[in-house]
Amino acid sequence: MALNIAKNKPAAHGHVERKSQETKGDKVVAGVSHTMLALWSLLVLVPLGWTLLSSFKTTSEIFASPFSLPEVWQFQNYVNAWNTAGIGSYFFNTVIVVGAALVIVMVLGAMCAYVLARFVFPGSRAIYYLMLAGLTFPIFLAIVPLFFILKNMGLLNTLPGLIIVYVAFALPFTVFFLFSFFKALPSEIAEAAQIDGAGEWRTFFQIMLPMAKPGMASVAIFNFLGLWNQYLIPVAINTKRENYVLSQGIAAFAGQQGYAVDFGSLFAAAIIVVVPVLVMYILFQRQLQGSVSAGTMK
Amino acid sequence: MTQVTNEVQSGGGVVATARRRRKKLTFDKVSFMAVFLGLPLVIYLVFVISPFVQAVYYSMTSWSGFDNNMPFVGLGNYVKLFNDDIFMLSVRNSIVLAIFLPVITVILALVLATLVTIGGSSRGQIKGLKGAGFYRIVSFFPYVIPAVVIGIIWAQIFNPDNGLLNGILTGIGLDGFKDFPWLGDSRTAMIASMVVIVWGFVGFYMILFIAAIKGIPAETFEAARIDGAGRFRTAINITIPLIRDNIQTAYVYMGILALDAFVYMSILNSTGGPENSTLVMSQKLFTTAFSKGQFGLACAMGVVLAVITLIFSALVFLVNRWTGGNKDVSE
Repeated sequence: MALNIAKNKPAAHGHVERKSQETKGDKVVAGVSHTMLALWSLLVLVPLGWTLLSSFKTTSEIFASPFSLPEVWQFQNYVNAWNTAGIGSYFFNTVIVVGAALVIVMVLGAMCAYVLARFVFPGSRAIYYLMLAGLTFPIFLAIVPLFFILKNMGLLNTLPGLIIVYVAFALPFTVFFLFSFFKALPSEIAEAAQIDGAGEWRTFFQIMLPMAKPGMASVAIFNFLGLWNQYLIPVAINTKRENYVLSQGIAAFAGQQGYAVDFGSLFAAAIIVVVPVLVMYILFQRQLQGSVSAGTMK
Repeated sequence: MTQVTNEVQSGGGVVATARRRRKKLTFDKVSFMAVFLGLPLVIYLVFVISPFVQAVYYSMTSWSGFDNNMPFVGLGNYVKLFNDDIFMLSVRNSIVLAIFLPVITVILALVLATLVTIGGSSRGQIKGLKGAGFYRIVSFFPYVIPAVVIGIIWAQIFNPDNGLLNGILTGIGLDGFKDFPWLGDSRTAMIASMVVIVWGFVGFYMILFIAAIKGIPAETFEAARIDGAGRFRTAINITIPLIRDNIQTAYVYMGILALDAFVYMSILNSTGGPENSTLVMSQKLFTTAFSKGQFGLACAMGVVLAVITLIFSALVFLVNRWTGGNKDVSE
């Protein structure tokens, strides 16, 4: 996919001198800027392109030269990664866990943010700061007690246990982001709905939630990336091999590489893990970059 | 629905009664608050807040985790930690990361963001570089790639036998780097690890800064230009002061990430690297807890990590304050 993007490149070079009024200094600055940015782009793209290329080579070809093209394009590497290395089953686990956690955290987070943003009640400030604490403290502080909480509930090493922990740790970010979003919505509309006889439930689900759609979309993308890429939580509380998610699966695969060297399949596995997030990124890239800026304006 | 709407629009008196009615505790309202606030809050308290609190208590016991026997040892674990040379080394490594990673990442991101936004013509409207969209898309790539995969890819790039880096270096004639173990030599392992993390995050902060720079009104730049400021002066004297809040945010995020760094460090060098040169606190905590079963001690490490994280954030805020961060430069 890295290569596809390169094709869309909107003629970065060669257009610099379009206007006659550009001074010599402009050209120099533009030239230097383009050179530096092009170098940086290469630094990003070359490792990814190299990974893609290597994923089609046999192990001995990889060892022979890091640059050579494969003699025969080894699509078998992908089959091996998917079946033998178990990436296929990890993939399905990840889809289930991330999908379920994402839906739950978006619903719960939106509800919580809505109440905090639009109702005044004793303790609402305290809850807000409690959420801030969840964002500030390192997850490592919580990881040991969390292990035993899940163990006592019988949720250790189960997918539901992983889902609920994902929900809990994605909650503060979700609430924070949506809090400002609900705060900015005009209160007249909610009041109008109420006057029309809609209860609190209906006001939320039929009026306010649809209005918050743009905010929900941005948060959902960030949560998707964060949860899909999560590694520490599953490694600590989801240690049964058949329940592995992708990130731990590929780490385990890479870990045993020292003994049974199949580098081609390892590169193929890396590509398999990257493709879903890259597709998401390309589909939503405008929205994602937009929400980076929205997030910083608070 | 429409009928009701028409009725309401007819008079203000209805609004007043409706407002009063909302104050009453109806079933609708009670059930709404219970579910909307109660449910998320219970999950959050049970799985996030209570572990934080418990960790502080466990850190004062010598609990091994597999029975309910938790001998209270007070600050004994902390004393043990400060006398543990390997733990102190991991603290040092974490602090090294927290010092260098934010500086390098933020500076690189600022430079790239500046090039993209004000690299264009110096006449007419202020505009960015041509092809800025392409650079933005490419730069953001690494941020969406799972950290585990970034670690695996770079571990292969640094691979002494078949890695890309040594391939390039020997390719351009630097034969001395043939078979050089970047991650296996205590002189280079830490630097190589830092390169990986910087690679993963520069693009994200670059996008963040680009957005911030675009938020500065164009008149500000035009005024600076009329006053005769060149691009470099504009970047130093106008752009950076105006986006310093964003820089502070980026700095804090990056520092918190550097103090964690678990994924990158454990994938690049799972056992802490040559002579523990890349061992960080989070890795030490993880093995102490889940390999050795010293849960009390591991929680004490967690507390130390949390305290260092808070000190770091406070320091960044204070430094920004002292250097005039709260002055409104735009006036």
